[in-house]
Amino acid sequence: MPVQILKEKSRAAVQTVTLGATPEQGGTRSHTVTIGGDAALPFHHFEGEIPHRPVVAMEVQDIEPEWPEPLKKCFAGVMKEPGRWAEKCVREYGADLIYVKLDGADPEGANRTVEQCVATVKEVLQAVGVPLIVVGCGDNEKDKELLEAVAEAAAGENLLLGNAEQNNYQSLTAACMVHKHNIIARSPLDINICKQLNILISEMNLPLNRIVIDPSIGSLGYGIEYAYSIMERTRLGALQGDKMLSMPVLCTVGYEAWRAKEAYAPVTNFPGWGDVEERGILWEAVTAAAMLQAGAHVLLMRHPKAVALVKENIDRLMVNNAY
Amino acid sequence: MLIIGERINGMFNDIKRAIQERDPAPVQEWARRQEQGGARALDLNVGPAVADKVGAMKWLVEVVQEVSDLTLCLDSTNIEAIEEGLKLCKRPAIINSTNADREKIERLFPLAVEYGAALIGLTMNKNGVPKDADTRLAFAMELVAAADEFGLPMEDLYIDPLILPANVGQDHGPEVLKTLYQIKLLANPAPRTVVGLSNVSQNCQERRLLNRTFLAMAMACGLDAAIADACDEELMATAAAGEVLLNQTVYCDSFVKMFKAR
Repeated sequence: MPVQILKEKSRAAVQTVTLGATPEQGGTRSHTVTIGGDAALPFHHFEGEIPHRPVVAMEVQDIEPEWPEPLKKCFAGVMKEPGRWAEKCVREYGADLIYVKLDGADPEGANRTVEQCVATVKEVLQAVGVPLIVVGCGDNEKDKELLEAVAEAAAGENLLLGNAEQNNYQSLTAACMVHKHNIIARSPLDINICKQLNILISEMNLPLNRIVIDPSIGSLGYGIEYAYSIMERTRLGALQGDKMLSMPVLCTVGYEAWRAKEAYAPVTNFPGWGDVEERGILWEAVTAAAMLQAGAHVLLMRHPKAVALVKENIDRLMVNNAY
Repeated sequence: MLIIGERINGMFNDIKRAIQERDPAPVQEWARRQEQGGARALDLNVGPAVADKVGAMKWLVEVVQEVSDLTLCLDSTNIEAIEEGLKLCKRPAIINSTNADREKIERLFPLAVEYGAALIGLTMNKNGVPKDADTRLAFAMELVAAADEFGLPMEDLYIDPLILPANVGQDHGPEVLKTLYQIKLLANPAPRTVVGLSNVSQNCQERRLLNRTFLAMAMACGLDAAIADACDEELMATAAAGEVLLNQTVYCDSFVKMFKAR
């Protein structure tokens, strides 16, 4: 007797979001990148179409960050020049997108001016042809001013701008509306707030296909399973037709992985843990791989070797397994 | 929870008059109001007083489709009226209804399959509404078997276990709830379930209270759809809350608003 294999059929699919704009579309990117559109659980090609592969955005900052040495040495000589740093990520390391984090704007830190930060974004735009993700420093007041200026200066580029949060989404949403960018809606590992924030943003009339969810994640060993559950529930909601959970998902993999002690503690402190360089790469790559399985569409990453491993993993996962 | 708006029915005087005078305004106004209220399908019933049931149904379908994209639920005992209405429907409709009599089953199931429509099946035959859950369930089983026989997808079969007014058939309430629960065990995938909700409070006081209380109880037993008053805000909010409490939708602070807006 032939075995009948049950397949789940989805009622709906994840929204597609297109990032970047070519000169014909009013921007200066060499190409656009489209994410989302999945009509099945992650990589269940046999249950529905998965039209777009997940992408990797490599992180560039406006000031030289305090990263562990094994990570910094991959960008030796370019970390003070965001443009060249970004270019290296694209040319040498195969980044699909560049993720510009304007940490230097932080009033508690380098406190760079809005003009300086805008200049950084422009420098990166000139240096690479891939679409950009730009986020602020995390200080609400400064970010409001900063991101409005970035949105205006990069009008037409169809950036992905962040972060909008439940108590702080209006000015960024308005800036994205006016200057036609996409928005990162970030919630604190909470699916109810995730959904509510998407509702609040869309109530300001930003179309659903210009929102990307950042659910907040934990890295391997630091709550990754909570992130997994929330992303899985988000995808199930999207597939069942819940429009307010149907946006593509972005994960701050590099940031989370590299702050785990396991990623950077020297082997001299933990002799049983093995070579620190390899350990850090694997910590980031394994975190990313788990997030792919949970339904990530954009991975924000740091180490080029982790990026290479993950891109190979994506290649394999995107091989059609329909039957 | 699929709320099928009940208001476009010739039993109501404004609709009866609109049908007689072929005045689309009241019909279209109710279509809009029910959609705004949160209905995701509209029941269309020409009522008992109209002589030309076929012509009236065709007219209702046409004028409603001018203002609404919602699923239409063609409610008539006249099979010709249903078929002529189906021909005009731009989207898959719901047929309301068949009972478990073989002669009706043999006409309405093939009709639903032919037009890609869903079908409401009543757990009764020409002898009337059964008193207990077991008899209702036996009719439900016949409807499930018919879906299988005629090739109607189980998700397109809506079984109605028939609720009676609380002041007439009080003993039917628990039997209906028991039936709802058991209908879901009859097949996998399970057939869907529906009730004509307002019937539970016919000629009673506190109608809205009875309606929404029964809705919540029935949802917990597996109710998927209700032909109901979509303009009753408390009722719609109860349906929204029920979906959240049954974990059918992810909670968010705006859950009532989202229920109406989706």
